[in-house]
Amino acid sequence: MTATTALQAEKVTPRHRVRRISDKTIQTAFILPTMVLLILWNIFPLFYSLYLSFTEYSVISGAPPRWVGFENYRNVLSDPLIWKYFALTGRFALLSVGLQTIIGFAMAMIVRAKFRGSGFITTLILIPMMLSPVVVGKFWAMIYNPTFGPLNYLLGMPPPRGPDWLANPEFALWSVVLVDVWMWSPFVMLLCLSGLKAIPEYLYEAAAIDRASAWFQFWRITLPQVAPLLMIAILFRTIEAFKQFDVVMGLTGGGPGDATELIAVKLYRIAFLGRFDTGIASAFAYIVLIIIIAISNLYIRYLNRLRGEA
Amino acid sequence: MSHVELQHITKRFKTVTALRDVSFEIQDGEFFVLLGPTGAGKTTTLRVIAGLEKQTQGHVLFDGEIVDDLPPPDRDIAFVFQQYSLYPNMTVYDNLAFPLRAPMRRMSEAEIRQRVYQAAEILRITHLLERRTAHLSGGEMQRVSLGRAIVRQPRIFLMDEPLSNLDAKLREALRVELKHIQKTQGSTTLFVTHDQIEALTMADRIAVLNKGRIVQIGSPIDIYDRPATIFVAQLVGVPRINLVDARCEDGTISIVNSPVRLPKPVSRELPRTFKLGVRPEHVQLDPQGEFVGELLLIEPLGVESILHIKVGQQSLVCTVPGMTRHKLGDALRFNLVRDRLHYFGEDGVRIQV
Repeated sequence: MTATTALQAEKVTPRHRVRRISDKTIQTAFILPTMVLLILWNIFPLFYSLYLSFTEYSVISGAPPRWVGFENYRNVLSDPLIWKYFALTGRFALLSVGLQTIIGFAMAMIVRAKFRGSGFITTLILIPMMLSPVVVGKFWAMIYNPTFGPLNYLLGMPPPRGPDWLANPEFALWSVVLVDVWMWSPFVMLLCLSGLKAIPEYLYEAAAIDRASAWFQFWRITLPQVAPLLMIAILFRTIEAFKQFDVVMGLTGGGPGDATELIAVKLYRIAFLGRFDTGIASAFAYIVLIIIIAISNLYIRYLNRLRGEA
Repeated sequence: MSHVELQHITKRFKTVTALRDVSFEIQDGEFFVLLGPTGAGKTTTLRVIAGLEKQTQGHVLFDGEIVDDLPPPDRDIAFVFQQYSLYPNMTVYDNLAFPLRAPMRRMSEAEIRQRVYQAAEILRITHLLERRTAHLSGGEMQRVSLGRAIVRQPRIFLMDEPLSNLDAKLREALRVELKHIQKTQGSTTLFVTHDQIEALTMADRIAVLNKGRIVQIGSPIDIYDRPATIFVAQLVGVPRINLVDARCEDGTISIVNSPVRLPKPVSRELPRTFKLGVRPEHVQLDPQGEFVGELLLIEPLGVESILHIKVGQQSLVCTVPGMTRHKLGDALRFNLVRDRLHYFGEDGVRIQV
């Protein structure tokens, strides 16, 4: 008996040696590459750009960064043009996110009811947000085109009567807003839909028995129950609106003049066109970051208050 | 006056028939309980009366009038759901006042206030009126739900297992309160439950529902003492009724696989084989008892003890008051109370003797 056990032990040992990698090692082996990439691509640039934001530096000049303290920040914040672009971005965010909220919520209310083909329609509605923003920008530029674009035809204004949407300073921002709304309302819809589906039917039944009006049911049952998810959708979309870049580049490139010069577009110009003002661009990027964090924080605080009540 | 009648209600969903030919009447001021296991069709019955579901066949009558086509708001009913259906962003006061504020009622704020306070006092939730319902405990929420029903003085209260989400102690307390409120207010109530204790303690009359059919309608005493089928006999009563195979030969009843022999009741013939039912309290210990068995298991509950007695190959359950001094393995003598035995045919239907 003892002999057999010893024999078995002998047989088992070499196999054990092959598997000698401990759980800890495996854990490290999986995490390490990600950590290295994260540090290289995210954390290092974060701190390096913070350093650069305090220097006079251009990536194409060949000269080393020269420490200038807060001068870059002073320059950016005292430039009236930058403030104009911030205001423009704020307006863009307000219009775009506002419309997305209303349209997304309305679409969610419509597809919430189960009808023949509602699943298929929901999927169709979600397609725009799966597309690449640059592609979206390019083909909407074609739709808007005053000579061959279908939009003016559909509006009953064939050329040469229809407006040039993207070249007209009055319409350009609205044209960008429209595309952003087209692309991202489905995202708001998706979040609202999951909120709507979680509302138990008996709440509506109880309200109906109590003779509550449809308006009351919406105001007191539907909206409060969806509100937390709706707020998250608005938060995400607001942050994205402040970072909006690729759709604008695809559509107008910031023009005509500076009618659609959102801050992200302006930032791109400072950083990668003309003199490549890396130092100033870094400072600008940090200012944008701080503003986005501030807005998000206000939102999240409001959101938590809302949760506390519900 | 509020009198509710169901006439031959059948309700089919896509693939299942939830109710088959259900008929009963609820009298004015009556506490009527629908009792049955999960999936028996209790809630469907309630929803048909409320108008939340439309029956496939049959009629619902309120005070003798057919109301089949009236939508829920026009039926003047109050519905208490199993889950607390409160508006989470409103205070308790506003939740209670809500049904009274429907524009068509044209009730003054002063009267609303008076009614809300009256209901709150009955349910002892006056101190909660200013709180938001999201911050209430389960018991408090269900009280508010009940309050929202009683402020209105509707034709009938429909309650769908309102106590089943509460813990045992709270359930017991609210059960007593609910019965008290119903009796003092004289409100007509249809109460749905799967809990036989709730049914027995609260009901004026009970309708037992199984697989969409009414099996028996009667007072709690009827249901307990004269169950119409084996299903009813087993559904009602804790511990469960003893049910054993029995044979009837030459005027003697013998319990299969046991030495127990009883004389056949004179009034009526019995089939050769049938089921014999004996409630645990009718297996009575007696030192001079006719039968003898071995004590197999004791479940002491305090107020009573449940004894499992082995007789031949059969096991009978018996209850004795208080804690018992008997020990496992003791030989116990007992009697069966003759006029309290239940006879069921092979089809499960009671044989009247």
